Amino acid sequence: MEFLQLLVSGLANGCVYGLVALGFVLIYKATEAVNFAQGDFMMLGAFVMLGLVNPQYMGINFWLAVPLALLIMGALGYLLDITVLRHMFGQSQTAIVILTIALGFVIRFIAGVIWGHEPVNLHSPLALGDMRAFGVVLSLADIAVIVVTVILTMLLWQFFQRTKLGLAMQASSQNQMAAYYMGIPVKRVQGAIWALAAIVACVAGILYASKGSLDISAGFIGIKAFAAAVIGGFGSLPGALMGGLIVGVIEPFASRYLPPGYSQIAPYVLLILVLIFRPHGLFAQVRTKKV
Amino acid sequence: MSALLEVRNLETFYGPIMAIRGVSLEVREGQVVTVLGANGAGKTTLLKTISGIMDPEKGKILFEGREIQGKEPHQIVRQGIVQVPEGREVFPLLTVAENLALGAYTRSDRSEIARDRDLVFEYFPILAERRDQEAGTLSGGQQQMLAIGRGLMLRPKIMLLDEPSLGLSPLLTQEIFAILRRLNKDVGVTMMLVEQNAAVALDLADHGYVMELGRIVMSDRAETLAASEDIQNFYLGHANEGARGERRWKKRKTWR
Repeated sequence: MEFLQLLVSGLANGCVYGLVALGFVLIYKATEAVNFAQGDFMMLGAFVMLGLVNPQYMGINFWLAVPLALLIMGALGYLLDITVLRHMFGQSQTAIVILTIALGFVIRFIAGVIWGHEPVNLHSPLALGDMRAFGVVLSLADIAVIVVTVILTMLLWQFFQRTKLGLAMQASSQNQMAAYYMGIPVKRVQGAIWALAAIVACVAGILYASKGSLDISAGFIGIKAFAAAVIGGFGSLPGALMGGLIVGVIEPFASRYLPPGYSQIAPYVLLILVLIFRPHGLFAQVRTKKV
Repeated sequence: MSALLEVRNLETFYGPIMAIRGVSLEVREGQVVTVLGANGAGKTTLLKTISGIMDPEKGKILFEGREIQGKEPHQIVRQGIVQVPEGREVFPLLTVAENLALGAYTRSDRSEIARDRDLVFEYFPILAERRDQEAGTLSGGQQQMLAIGRGLMLRPKIMLLDEPSLGLSPLLTQEIFAILRRLNKDVGVTMMLVEQNAAVALDLADHGYVMELGRIVMSDRAETLAASEDIQNFYLGHANEGARGERRWKKRKTWR
């Protein structure tokens, strides 16, 4: 029964990692750049939500604030692409990586100025307290996180399979040149992908903040999410989610059954093992081009 | 009749390197025009400049009388110019049907799109069979068929084909070119065909240009070109002994 408890809390953490990892992979696949500010996007999304909902700020109804926060973050992602990142087109990978790291600093600084540096709590109806069943105590927030993630994943799946924009996003990430030849406005599609990644990060942020307190260094879970994305196979969307879940589940089990301290490094040990034995990741989509 | 596509004194650079040095050519509606040339002659660069992937330094590209040089690639596709790129360039993880749907990305007339897909399946029955298979798992020839079919889905006014014979067996090359001929004769698709395989290209084309080092060095009707001594020697590889028993490799091209 203890197993179930560890599993649920692990999965809930893993969902947040997975969603942030999803953002990494979305942007990486579409633009071949790694957005190291993805964790800070999540933090910012959570704070935007907090700014809308909490009574000392705007005090809007939670369910009204959700679409508003997603819209704000989506617009921010798109604007960031057209004002900053699009001008980096053709620059070296390193330049873009450093730029996104700097962006992370800027976001953290701005969030600190607006919302302060102390941990705060989001007034979230998802933080419902605990449920006792089968002799275990399950946090309802954890279960809500898992449910929301499942729903979001299915929505994203439908979006990529069914809509023209989703198909165009897949096309431009698989073969950018051919996407140009099809008449897909690739740059605009990339902007849309930045927006989508920011929206997913915002959902992750709302879920994260519903599970516990929030402060401006929350974005550092981006590092774990990055490890999750690599474990799952950078470039595979289902892989990113699975990687997140694996990392999330490893942590509570490692802290329960291994000596203290090991839970911190367990995800990275797995990362190293994956890189040695399956460098493309566990769920990689690799297809070599035929000539 | 005026030209559908006209290129005037085009110059395109790769950084400091001049890849196209003042090329002029024209393609009339319903025609198949081929551009022959060896590696590095600038054929692909020419097509990339027409389809907007590269911007020319000088010169004009006129399509239906309007200047299109330097426009964004997606604007050019909307005019009805589609490029079937060198080396297929299909979307490997998408299915055949999805690849075809992307060919019609700029269109929104659903029933017409469905009709065109049926047309593509009629010309390439193997694609209909494999419609739910990922494009990356197709053979090279099937991928080439998919790339051509995907191009047709735009219902283009002109199709720019970049080396459709690349990496294909002679038999498959014959098959693909037979289909291209049918598309030109039956559906009336105008084509500009860039090829190294001069024999099949001249057989299909109405008019041919020969490019060398970024310049057009010959321009004539396809049959005339196929019969000309230079083309026979340097592109068709006929090792005919000259009257004086001259060795082939001692011959000079007459355009030098």
